[in-house]
Amino acid sequence: MRRINIPISDEVIRSLHVGEPVLLNGIMVTARDAAHKWMVETFIKKTRPPQGDDLDVYEALKKLLNGGVIYHCGPVVAGLETKEYRFVAAGPTTSIREEPYQADVMRHFNAKGVIGKGGMGAKTLAGCQEVPFVYFHAVGGAASYIAQTVKRVHGVYKLEFGVPEALWVIEVEDFPVTVTMDAHGQSLHALIEEQSQKVLQELIAS
Amino acid sequence: MRDLTNEILELIRRASTDLPADVEKRLREAVEREDPGSAARNALETILKNVELSRQNSTPICQDTGTPIFYVRYPEGWSTRRLREQIRNALAEATRRSYMRPNAVDALTGKNTGNNLGDDDFPFIHFEEVGADEPLVIELMLKGGGCENVGAQYSLPDARLGAGRDLAGVRKVVLDAVHKAQGQGCAPGILGVAIGGDRGSSYLASKEVLFQSMDESNPDPKLAELEQRLTEEANQLGIGPMGFGGKTTVLGTKITGLHRLPASYFVTVSYMCWAYRRRRMIVKGDEVIYE
Repeated sequence: MRRINIPISDEVIRSLHVGEPVLLNGIMVTARDAAHKWMVETFIKKTRPPQGDDLDVYEALKKLLNGGVIYHCGPVVAGLETKEYRFVAAGPTTSIREEPYQADVMRHFNAKGVIGKGGMGAKTLAGCQEVPFVYFHAVGGAASYIAQTVKRVHGVYKLEFGVPEALWVIEVEDFPVTVTMDAHGQSLHALIEEQSQKVLQELIAS
Repeated sequence: MRDLTNEILELIRRASTDLPADVEKRLREAVEREDPGSAARNALETILKNVELSRQNSTPICQDTGTPIFYVRYPEGWSTRRLREQIRNALAEATRRSYMRPNAVDALTGKNTGNNLGDDDFPFIHFEEVGADEPLVIELMLKGGGCENVGAQYSLPDARLGAGRDLAGVRKVVLDAVHKAQGQGCAPGILGVAIGGDRGSSYLASKEVLFQSMDESNPDPKLAELEQRLTEEANQLGIGPMGFGGKTTVLGTKITGLHRLPASYFVTVSYMCWAYRRRRMIVKGDEVIYE
């Protein structure tokens, strides 16, 4: 199986196609609902003034996400009391909730990959072609299994969002994913939606 | 009254880390149906490896340890106030031990309480008194947010789907709900369906029915037939594990009926992800049995 190192180049992104399984290696950042809303409102649309350590975190994120990967994940983390963090369970969360934000975040930070489950919609797919970036699908619920690929937790930002919603900086080794939305306008999710819609119509008519 | 905090902690550990046998059996059957080398088969193989690893290491099957839903049948004479306190203490300890993710978020401030203890309804605890000679039974279901979000309620008749107030109409709306969910509820899922009730009781019943074993068949032959038909037809949709396409979209269907008002005919679908976590403990005297 093909191994891909983070940061990822545009050339590698364009070489990926829907259906291809790959193993990701390197440093990525978890971000989900609260983080996406916060990034868009504070740094992209600027409808909310930066507060507390927002600007420091922004500087760190700019470095981490340039060519980087965002993981839609709210992990179970051990070692909260000692700050010797360890990922215990870390499968993907449903991605579609970030549909209003994702393409804007990827463009702003020049991020190259987003990992989640369930796929995303038309706005994100258009962003995949433009930025470019790809959507990697991890196996939903495979939390203990995926946590074993997390070799080190480098740190955490915005822990005040709560453990699941914080931005965790993690180093992974051979994290297994499948490309389901590529930079060429293809989406496995759009295809399956369309095919299953046809079957549904036939079943309901009978 | 006996303090059961440690025993309830063990119930939570088992629920979060050890998938019940009836669910695992269906996942193993599903792998065999998918084509070798397909994304669907790879996903199911990963799921089964994860199930084994979680059991072996006592780590959560899924990081979303869900809404903890407790149903307690207590013999006459037990204190529900103390049982509630023991359940809450056990849940906070389970969270400290990383069996559970801190999941209780204040809807108004966005603050996570950090210990899974929210208001009176988080965790959700339902108490029912039974006779003094019956055992104490505590059931726990953990239902993740991804699958909870794709649950749906229909008010029949539904003109868009051509669904009338009968089992044929029920069939149409349930298939529509499965289609809408695609892979987002972590397919292959299990469908809990309630027909009737008001909006609230219908949602509750659609979850309660998921406490039943997947091996039990519905005592009502018409509902048993509809359950089987819905599972088969949902699989014809071809959504497949994770929505990758494939033969297994749904592992099973459970249907229950409630009394309704003449004016209302609700059909509620609770979608349960493949990580169908539910466990039961039975207290008979000094003995505690886990199922």
